[in-house]
Amino acid sequence: MSAVKLMDYDKALELFEPVLGFEVHVELNTETKMFSDAPNPANERNHDAEPNTLIAPVDLGLPGSLPVVNATAVRSSISLGLALGCSIAESCRFARKNYFYPDLGKNYQISQYDEPIAFEGSVEVELDDGTLVTIPIERAHMEEDAGKLTHMGGATGRIQGAEYSLVDYNRAGVPLVEIVTKPIFGAEHRAPEIAKAYFATIRDIVRGLGISEARLERGNLRCDANVSLRPRVAPGEPVEPLGTRTETKNVNSMRSVERAVRYEIQRQAAILADGGTITQETRHWHEDTGTTSPGRPKSDADDYRYFPEPDLLPVQPPRELVEELRAALPEQPVARRRRLKADWGFGDIEFQGVVNAGLLDEVEATIAAGTTADAARKWWTGEISRIANEREVDAASLIEPASVAALQQLVDAGTLTDKLARQVLEGVIAGEGTPQQVVDARGLAVVSDDGALIAAIDEALAAQPDVLAKIKDGKVQAAGAVIGAVMKAMKGQADAARVRELILERAAQ
Amino acid sequence: MSEIIRWTAAELGARLAAGEVSSVEATQAHLDRIAAVDGDVHAFLHVNEHALDAAAEVDRRRAAGESLGELAGVPLAIKDVLVTTDQPSTSGSKILEGYRSPFDATVVARARAAGLVGIGKTNMDEFAMGSSTEHSAYGPTHNPWDLDRIPGGSGGGSAAAVAAFEAPIALGSDTGGSIRQPAHVTGTVGIKPTYGGVSRYGAIALASSLDQVGPVSRTVLDAGLLHDVIGGHDPKDSTSLPDAWPSFAAAAREGATGQVLKGLKVGVVKELPDSGFQAGVAGSFHAALKLMEAQGAEVVEISAPHFEYGVAAYYLILPAEASSNLAKFDSVRFGLRVTPDGGGTVEDVMSLTREVGFGPEVKRRIILGTYALSAGYYDAYYGSAQKVRTLIQRDFDAAFAQVDVIATPSAPTTAFTLGEKIGDPLQMYLNDLTTIPANLAGVPGISIPSGLAEEDGLPVGIQFLAPAREDARLYRVGAALETLLVDAWGGPLLDRAPVLAEKPVLGGTR
Repeated sequence: MSAVKLMDYDKALELFEPVLGFEVHVELNTETKMFSDAPNPANERNHDAEPNTLIAPVDLGLPGSLPVVNATAVRSSISLGLALGCSIAESCRFARKNYFYPDLGKNYQISQYDEPIAFEGSVEVELDDGTLVTIPIERAHMEEDAGKLTHMGGATGRIQGAEYSLVDYNRAGVPLVEIVTKPIFGAEHRAPEIAKAYFATIRDIVRGLGISEARLERGNLRCDANVSLRPRVAPGEPVEPLGTRTETKNVNSMRSVERAVRYEIQRQAAILADGGTITQETRHWHEDTGTTSPGRPKSDADDYRYFPEPDLLPVQPPRELVEELRAALPEQPVARRRRLKADWGFGDIEFQGVVNAGLLDEVEATIAAGTTADAARKWWTGEISRIANEREVDAASLIEPASVAALQQLVDAGTLTDKLARQVLEGVIAGEGTPQQVVDARGLAVVSDDGALIAAIDEALAAQPDVLAKIKDGKVQAAGAVIGAVMKAMKGQADAARVRELILERAAQ
Repeated sequence: MSEIIRWTAAELGARLAAGEVSSVEATQAHLDRIAAVDGDVHAFLHVNEHALDAAAEVDRRRAAGESLGELAGVPLAIKDVLVTTDQPSTSGSKILEGYRSPFDATVVARARAAGLVGIGKTNMDEFAMGSSTEHSAYGPTHNPWDLDRIPGGSGGGSAAAVAAFEAPIALGSDTGGSIRQPAHVTGTVGIKPTYGGVSRYGAIALASSLDQVGPVSRTVLDAGLLHDVIGGHDPKDSTSLPDAWPSFAAAAREGATGQVLKGLKVGVVKELPDSGFQAGVAGSFHAALKLMEAQGAEVVEISAPHFEYGVAAYYLILPAEASSNLAKFDSVRFGLRVTPDGGGTVEDVMSLTREVGFGPEVKRRIILGTYALSAGYYDAYYGSAQKVRTLIQRDFDAAFAQVDVIATPSAPTTAFTLGEKIGDPLQMYLNDLTTIPANLAGVPGISIPSGLAEEDGLPVGIQFLAPAREDARLYRVGAALETLLVDAWGGPLLDRAPVLAEKPVLGGTR
């Protein structure tokens, strides 16, 4: 690939105004697919199924098969629409989007075209420094996913150069909600940050609703980022029309969305500044190189020959259902974060540490199980995160919040020192039982029997007579050497503060 | 020729119940008849090799004292548009040659559960596109009244099978007249139920918003018995109505008493003047109306000003939906696959497969439909056609505010000769002039034999249309007129059909 020219980011922002738009596809985690009774691979239970084992006639487009709308998927879509502040259609139809592609069993996709289930909403997103940005939502509509092609025999894994392709129809018919924003103006130099925050907010919302597994690495959430630039004009001059946009497809991590937007701004700015034009196209994101490359040309004139899906009746959600779902909505992520931050009394840095680690739920649950906010935060963002990083797993997958709380309670009760508690944590993570069980099994409790401690102290003082003399002379800090020896003798299972007290007592005698 | 094959389904069902005949005997008699005459008629694309096993199973259930329905043990011919697990399903197309469905159409499953014995799959115009079966990829069906003539279409195979006594009853599908027009030209009975009255699940879709599965028979009662078996809500078809339906067989039996004609208001459409019909067709139609009037029916002229746009609207909506429904035939997952010499991309293979696998009429309609849905043309074509559809529905609403049923001749002419219209699609399309409005509006329609045309001695049908959900009314009125006509004729119309030459059947079984 020839070197792509990029403009310095700040320079690009000086010359151009970036306009953003996002399409996020959310795979719903319903038991069955959007239009068939085949198990849904986007449900946790089925995600590792063998290819082409989760299929029904309609997923393959077999002759005579007919789609039936999944009522649970409709409920999930309404809930999502409501969480995005949208109006819910009183009646909306599905449409057929016609195009030939081998991953599409029927050679049309059942989607919603001019009648989405949810429309006209907005969502507040919070940037790392706490700035709130309102993202306008145009619509959220229901559709089915296509199957998955694996291109074989080529060097790149892409269709170009492949000898043949394998099709897995498990994903065909997975229920999707596609959330489409309106053009986002005014993002300015924070455009990449806003992209990331928006995507993260959508993830938090669908997680909060429990309507998607929301595992980005599995493609449960996929973000298409639209970026266009328009030249800045002097005050008073007419605003330039929107520039030609590119759509970077299927970016599936927060960091990638941020990087992709930044990259496109720099790339487009370089082309425009050189007098070039932007091709309206889809682009692929390359995680390894942090670049995008051209996909297929896309024009607004793409002809999918949409028409109302005659095999399905319009979806007409009863108003009572909509209100029932509205009443059941969980707190919005931004509102929840504000509440938790205040409740916990955290400063910005401490709170963002928890948020950025994605550990809000865990910290909240740990506090609820009976610890202070600070203790919960320290465990999760400290030792547990450290182990998780080491093992390259999610911190949340290592240990239950209740166990963390139980562990901290042992520390609070003086049964464990911090150091001992870390050993117990390892035992719990290794599956050795509850913290108490690990303490018992490993014999890790702090020795609180003064007799045993005094014996150890006397032995240590006897071994270091010069130290004893110094202490008696009032050089109290000399006790440290004795504490170390005693702790060693007690294999760390002693409360150092108590040991110190006892040393001073013995020295005074 | 065994007398068994001349019995109606109701009669055969009663004799099976009485133990006078076994299902194996009845099935064998029909298999023999197929072997003897189908070489000439070509109503069947496939004869079910498992039919006798299925018949024996019904006999066993009966012997074991199970309570069985009225049609248990009765052979049933199945239009090849319906998918079946025990027989191939081709929809008359090369692209599905030998295709086996992993599931049964709901109507087939219901017939099977009711003990009907699937005897074979019947011929049809490819993907039900046509009015003559000449568009079948497997050669045309011949009209038992005159083997040089068309049996109608697209369900010519089902109608001819019933008319030739190869099966007492059959399943058909009607998108614009594919049950009723073949009934008209073969002297048989055909019903297009209310849209949503019978499940479409497993009917290979032509135009989803127009398709409806229905019964084909020699008597109105037989159609009602079969309708009772196949009808009713199916959760697998979202367009299936949740209604509870009355017994259509009971309606037919009630109608046969003749009482229902007294005071019945029969609408005749002003915009369908006699000049649009072959003289013998119009003549037979008016004679039938007179017979009804003599029994107290009142014939009322009604206006349906938008019927004349029906054919034009239909030939936009149907191809549009068909172009999308037929996209699935791409060689990737099932059916024919034709690979270019030296290989090619998946698009090359899809393209060549469709080039080779589809016949000219199918290609014509796919191209028409693709065009009609294209950006920039959608509103002018598909959009306008949908508006016409609404206007036709309003015509029906206004008419049914005045009359109980509407009557029309079932088709403009009697059976034409094979090859006569094959080169002129527009003439072919006009065959469905009187049947199409019912599909566009979703209302039910029945065609029953009204007599023979004076000039050519070929069968003519009369069509009755009723408001949506009032299928039972059609059975009552149809059975009433049928009783009057059969009395007047001194026997069923099919008694006057020429005797088909029977080839000797060796050994009596196939």
